[in-house]
Amino acid sequence: MEPRAVVSADEMQWALTRMTHEILEKNHGSDDVILLGIITRGAPLAERIGAIARAQGHEIPVGQLDITMYRDDLRRNPTRMPSPTVLPTEIDDKVVVLVDDVLFSGRTIQAALLALADLGRPRAIQLVALVDRGGRDLPIQADIVGKHIPTARDERVRVKLSETDGEDLITIERSGQ
Amino acid sequence: MKHLLGIADLTEDQIWTILDTAEEMHDIQQRPIKKLPALRGRTVVNLFFEDSTRTRSSFELAAKWLSADAINVSAKGSSVSKGESMKDTLQTLDAMGVDAIVMRHAGSGSVAQAAGWVRASMVNAGDGMHEHPTQALLDAHAIRRHLRANELGDLQGKRIAITGDLLHSRVVRSNVLLWEKIGASVVLVAPPTLMPPGVSTWGVETTSSFDEVLPDVDVAMMLRVQRERMHGGFFPSEREYIDAYGLTPRRLRMLKPGACIAHPGPMNRGLEISSAAADAAHSIILDQVSAGVAVRMSVLYHLLAGEEK
Amino acid sequence: MTATTLRGVQLPDGTRTDLHLSDGVIVDEAPSGAEVVDCDGLLALPGMVDPHTHLREPGREDAETVKSGSEAAARGGYTAVCAMANTQPVTDTAEKAEHVLDLGVKANLVDVVVIGAISKGLQGQELAELGLMHRSRARVTMFSDDGMCLMNPQLMRRALEWVKPFGGVIAQHSQDSFLAGPGACCHEGELSGRLGLGGWPPVAESTIIARDAMLAEATGSRLHVCHITTAEGVEVVRWAKSRGINITAEVTPHHLLLGTEELMGYDTVYKVNPPLRTSEHIEALREGLADGTIDVVGTDHAPHAPQDKDHAFVDAKPGMLGLEQALSVIIETMVKPGRLTWEQVAERTSHAPARLASLSNQGRPLTVGEPANLVLVNPDRMSTVDRAESRSLSRNNPYHGRELPDPVEATYLRGRRTFTRS
Repeated sequence: MEPRAVVSADEMQWALTRMTHEILEKNHGSDDVILLGIITRGAPLAERIGAIARAQGHEIPVGQLDITMYRDDLRRNPTRMPSPTVLPTEIDDKVVVLVDDVLFSGRTIQAALLALADLGRPRAIQLVALVDRGGRDLPIQADIVGKHIPTARDERVRVKLSETDGEDLITIERSGQ
Repeated sequence: MKHLLGIADLTEDQIWTILDTAEEMHDIQQRPIKKLPALRGRTVVNLFFEDSTRTRSSFELAAKWLSADAINVSAKGSSVSKGESMKDTLQTLDAMGVDAIVMRHAGSGSVAQAAGWVRASMVNAGDGMHEHPTQALLDAHAIRRHLRANELGDLQGKRIAITGDLLHSRVVRSNVLLWEKIGASVVLVAPPTLMPPGVSTWGVETTSSFDEVLPDVDVAMMLRVQRERMHGGFFPSEREYIDAYGLTPRRLRMLKPGACIAHPGPMNRGLEISSAAADAAHSIILDQVSAGVAVRMSVLYHLLAGEEK
Repeated sequence: MTATTLRGVQLPDGTRTDLHLSDGVIVDEAPSGAEVVDCDGLLALPGMVDPHTHLREPGREDAETVKSGSEAAARGGYTAVCAMANTQPVTDTAEKAEHVLDLGVKANLVDVVVIGAISKGLQGQELAELGLMHRSRARVTMFSDDGMCLMNPQLMRRALEWVKPFGGVIAQHSQDSFLAGPGACCHEGELSGRLGLGGWPPVAESTIIARDAMLAEATGSRLHVCHITTAEGVEVVRWAKSRGINITAEVTPHHLLLGTEELMGYDTVYKVNPPLRTSEHIEALREGLADGTIDVVGTDHAPHAPQDKDHAFVDAKPGMLGLEQALSVIIETMVKPGRLTWEQVAERTSHAPARLASLSNQGRPLTVGEPANLVLVNPDRMSTVDRAESRSLSRNNPYHGRELPDPVEATYLRGRRTFTRS
């Protein structure tokens, strides 16, 4: 079965704009807020949200978080290369907004929370996901979601971004393809 | 990667992977909480048949910062004299179910032999006069950071002079193999009495004239010369050795700007290296020590974090 | 005593005949009731004599005993072995020599010829009781500190002088202990540099051979060079012989076949002293054995228990098994390429070593009236060496897994079969 396009480039842009507004609204502006994109695709998404906020007069520091070492499936896969974690400022007493592309089992976010605990003590941590496809294994939920796309376990949601994949597009395909 | 026995077994890609990962590990050292969970539940044994506080503590920290359980076993005094074979010593530890054995031994090839006897991953922490792969990797890592900090590019194409007791050095073998694989050039400097046999087949330049090569190098790496070698007739006196091969204040001035000074330690100050050189602004000797932990974290991570093959 | 007729056996000179063995000697007519062995396609060689064997007893009976070593020897085609003196205790008195002799008689598979130490305890300081060992029941005529080089030239001179009146021979382990010290365990060269193993340079051998040759000339006494391994060493022996110096030289099977490259995996089975050399040395050894510069093949059979081998390469004991595959290697390296005739094989493995050790009833031609010591050989038989099949108590067999000739069909000591394949 061909991958099925479910979100177009325009729709993705609208979703990001709305998500940015929600972040600003939830935090009553951008004071003490830091955006941390979870590597790989969370990082460019965090950059985009930061850019949209900036266009509206809100300067939010943007960084990236590598969770390779904190994954609970490290031992089940070939060794992965870690990437740099970049913190734009100290995270102590800040509101850290984690940004990821797809929220599914929740294990990535669990790893991200563990990683953050080793980096400092934020006042609060919020979670922003472009796609929530349901199917959680852990008691984790997003504060702000771009698109809810309920899926079956054997389906795969792919987020393509122009920064990493050459185009903006979200597709669904059967896994095993 | 199951074992790290020597640079000889690594591909260029594997070397870069270890060095790149070491960059990430290096950042951990700057954090208030120096701990990653990647090797939680793994056990690393430091099995040292020969004393080396520096290498052992470096491996111990590396293992602990990755959350592995690390224990130190000192097997000093050859097992030959204790009536236990090296194979028995290794297999006894292995039977306890450890994941990696970091081994230092005075016998060349001993870690490769051990790899044939155990289930655990073997890491060579120096085998006789053969190899000391993590030392070469940490040298590369420290030099790379120096180059980057001074905007001098990466390691490829750089020129390294290695000077000292090359005959008895495991560091020089690992270094020559590493630089050759990543595309840097090495010139070996030593008196004929301290040159390894067959060095002409190593594909590197060799010379007995330190002064000739010094002005052109990006790195002057000095190797320890044991004073006891004098009694073996390897050189006539400290004075004569220093005159020809010491990194003296005079030679320090011959280095080009941006060139750095490296030494794997422990140093014989006043013999192969003057204090002026060891403490110079462009000496990276202490950076090599901190690089050691990062590189060893990287190595343990790549050996132990992934799926069991 | 049993009688045997070897029907249609080929002799070293190529003739085919029936050999009749009776009462321990070769006779001209088959006695009645003789067992007839069909020897079609088989060759008879005079029973081999090993001038250089380590039997480890007394002292290390876990590695080898006189009995197990004798079994290995018979299986290899030997009817006599010369037992080196570096046992625990060292064979340096008449009593100890007779003890080893008696163990050999008791095992009763080969003649165990006792080699005495040159110096007390192999210490290189004082002469052992050379004359008393010679006049003992063991009739020791060959003396060696093998394992150690007798470095002191004055003591070497005295030893040569002392044994001269009774026709003794000094067998030297030629290794200058300054040029090749305790850590020397790999032929010095490209590979020793790369592997980081202590180098054992050829000059450490050749200079001692040259020195000893001059001492042999000066004293008019008899010198034997154990396990020669270098082209330079062979050249010195060739020169010494051309001067009429009373010198003989020995090469081991392993130095004829195996090269330094075997050390690349640090497998301690390949640790041997002197070390395995490079191809140019191997070629010089084969050439020397072919032209007679090297007189004898000696196995330097050196059994070791696992706990003495399972160490770092530099710490492991040097030495490898040799008795059972010696003839295999000689056929592979010398006979097949046409460098030795069978008569020459008989000379290098039997006649010459018997003369070296002054043995009157070994190394004799296969003619009527001579002792019935012989080995039946199938030169075409090949097999893969399996160390588990060794008669030796030890397993440090460097040929394990190799496809080699497996020629020995049966061995006869004074007409009695001491080994048979079936």
